[in-house]
Amino acid sequence: MPIQIEIISPEKVLVSREVDMAVLPGMEGDIAAMPEHSPMMLLLRGGVVALYEGDKVTDRYFVGGGFADITPARCTVLADKAVPVSDISIDMATAQLEALSEAWDKADKTDTSRLVVLQDQIQAVRAEIEAGSAS
Amino acid sequence: MASLKELRARIGSIKSTRKITSAMKMVAAAKLRRAQASAEAARPYAAAMRRMLGELAGATKGEDGAPLLLAGTGQDKVHLLVPMTSDRGLCGGFNSNVHRLTVQTIRRLQSEGKTVRLLPVGRRALNFFTRDHADLIVDHVIGTSAKEIPFSVASDLGDKINALLEAGEIDVCTLVFNKFRNAMTQVPTCQQLVPMVVEEASGTLEASNDVAQYEFEPDEATLLAMLLPRNLQVQIYASLLETVAGENGARMTAMDNATRNAGRTIDSLTQVYNRTRQTNITNELIEIISGAQAV
Repeated sequence: MPIQIEIISPEKVLVSREVDMAVLPGMEGDIAAMPEHSPMMLLLRGGVVALYEGDKVTDRYFVGGGFADITPARCTVLADKAVPVSDISIDMATAQLEALSEAWDKADKTDTSRLVVLQDQIQAVRAEIEAGSAS
Repeated sequence: MASLKELRARIGSIKSTRKITSAMKMVAAAKLRRAQASAEAARPYAAAMRRMLGELAGATKGEDGAPLLLAGTGQDKVHLLVPMTSDRGLCGGFNSNVHRLTVQTIRRLQSEGKTVRLLPVGRRALNFFTRDHADLIVDHVIGTSAKEIPFSVASDLGDKINALLEAGEIDVCTLVFNKFRNAMTQVPTCQQLVPMVVEEASGTLEASNDVAQYEFEPDEATLLAMLLPRNLQVQIYASLLETVAGENGARMTAMDNATRNAGRTIDSLTQVYNRTRQTNITNELIEIISGAQAV
């Protein structure tokens, strides 16, 4: 029995179909959503969502952080930003990384909440570059 | 009666006005289609967000220290109104409807002894409120008539509201915008953002005791703290998209009317023109004939 996966970005629905398994990049480690998974809500880090049919990865999407809602029959990914891995623009991501590193250098090092946000953003962009250059 | 030359000039100028209005109508129609499509595409995200938030709020209910965005400051003194309009005019009553509703709300709140702050979105709102209520404006955002509204506009606005709330400068935040119903009708609406109105989770969970079985990673409070500002942004984004769709719908209707009115004016002016021309000819003929008779 397959599980219904939906990847939704603020602008549109990217994927809505049935797969055998989806591996999600959770904030505290990757999690595989399979049919009959117990209900779960998950915070995502920047990383790749891999969709499996049988043992094979059929599609890979990069998400830049967000949330996932897993129920026995369905897995909804609410991504801040989502693109198919093949569409990642490494140039753009690299430029973004540079801008972020600059912001990091300039940031007030005592303002921890700001630093945490920046850190997450840098992590997400690094993951994007990694995913883009691997494909 | 106006001379023939004047009439000709007037007809000519109305004709070129008609050309402009009909071109604006076409442009608005094309933009409307795009705006409507993007408003519809953004709906699933907002819906899924609402569902998750409902479930989460259910799970954290009864716990102390609920985040400000969900529970508000517990006071009801300072209201922030966010009127949303377009950057450009020439779209019928679209912007003035929002202005009117906002002014009514300001008066009502002030008569109840509350303090009102304004955060106008869109150039029309900014201009309108600087005239009468400049002292209430805390901040503003313009750029709602861009070709495509990036999500960052909404997230910046959300962050601004959040910052004001955390600084204790506002207690309640309400959006005033035009809800898009169809190209002809936009309904000016007030939507309260803070404290958040959360719909109770229903239907998505088989039974209410399922909430207890939900696992959260990380814990509920952290998730809620992440989800709430996001939800604020999403709601703002949704109303921005509605505003863009509504603006183009309203402009299309207004320009369609203007084009038709111009056509009608041209018809009646042409009639006057022809009649005047004929009278002139008749007059000249009478003069010639009576001159000939006199000889």
